[in-house]
Amino acid sequence: MSEPLVFTFKVDGGDFTSAGQASVQVKKNLNQIGFPPEVIRRVSIAMYEGEINMVIHADGGVATIKVDENCIEIVLADKGPGIADVEKAMQEGFSTAPDEVRGLGFGAGMGLPNMKRYTDEMTVDSTVGVGTTITMKVNY
Amino acid sequence: MKIEIIRDLLNADVLCGEDRLLNDVLSACGSDMMSDVLAYVKNQAVLLTGLVNSQVIRTAAMMDMECVVFVRSKMPSEEMLALAKECGITVMTSPMRMYEACGILYSEGLGSGTE
Repeated sequence: MSEPLVFTFKVDGGDFTSAGQASVQVKKNLNQIGFPPEVIRRVSIAMYEGEINMVIHADGGVATIKVDENCIEIVLADKGPGIADVEKAMQEGFSTAPDEVRGLGFGAGMGLPNMKRYTDEMTVDSTVGVGTTITMKVNY
Repeated sequence: MKIEIIRDLLNADVLCGEDRLLNDVLSACGSDMMSDVLAYVKNQAVLLTGLVNSQVIRTAAMMDMECVVFVRSKMPSEEMLALAKECGITVMTSPMRMYEACGILYSEGLGSGTE
């Protein structure tokens, strides 16, 4: 079996304008490898929402994408404030984003639900005051 | 509906992607909340929005959208247009308000792609 392909990106915090650059790059990379558009769309939307979340809530973090034999794994790790109530955060419409973020088109409480919607598996590992790691898998 | 028809119906100016005016758009979505746009995939869609920032173009790119229309004559930055060109998205600006622009496209047969 060949080694899985791994892409790693540092996501800058505090710079909303450039948020999503890593997702755009991943989309390009997956396109070059030749994945079906539907798979690429699911991976890139889930990662994009996660990237935006890291910029809004956690002052950035690290995104790692691993292309395995049967699935693409996306790991988003940050050292932000953590999520106090993960179950509540997963509800559509629940948001703790500041008002100015809503003015930028995000913070509608759809980020985590969308990430779940587009992936086959998603786990949220979060400790308040320590950080959050979200692992998502898209099978293909 | 061809992108050039959308341009004519919305009295819009094309800011980039003139070479794709004959491409077909199958559905439309009007929103200023990008997460709502990202919630439901619409194939070959056009996004109408009053929000102007780079995330609009990235959202459209993630969704493989064909076209973005800024309503109320809003103008994207050069940086946004460069990103749209890179992603193969046609960008227009229309003097119409969101409600009017959506209503015209809907009444001409362009649905939301979810019906």
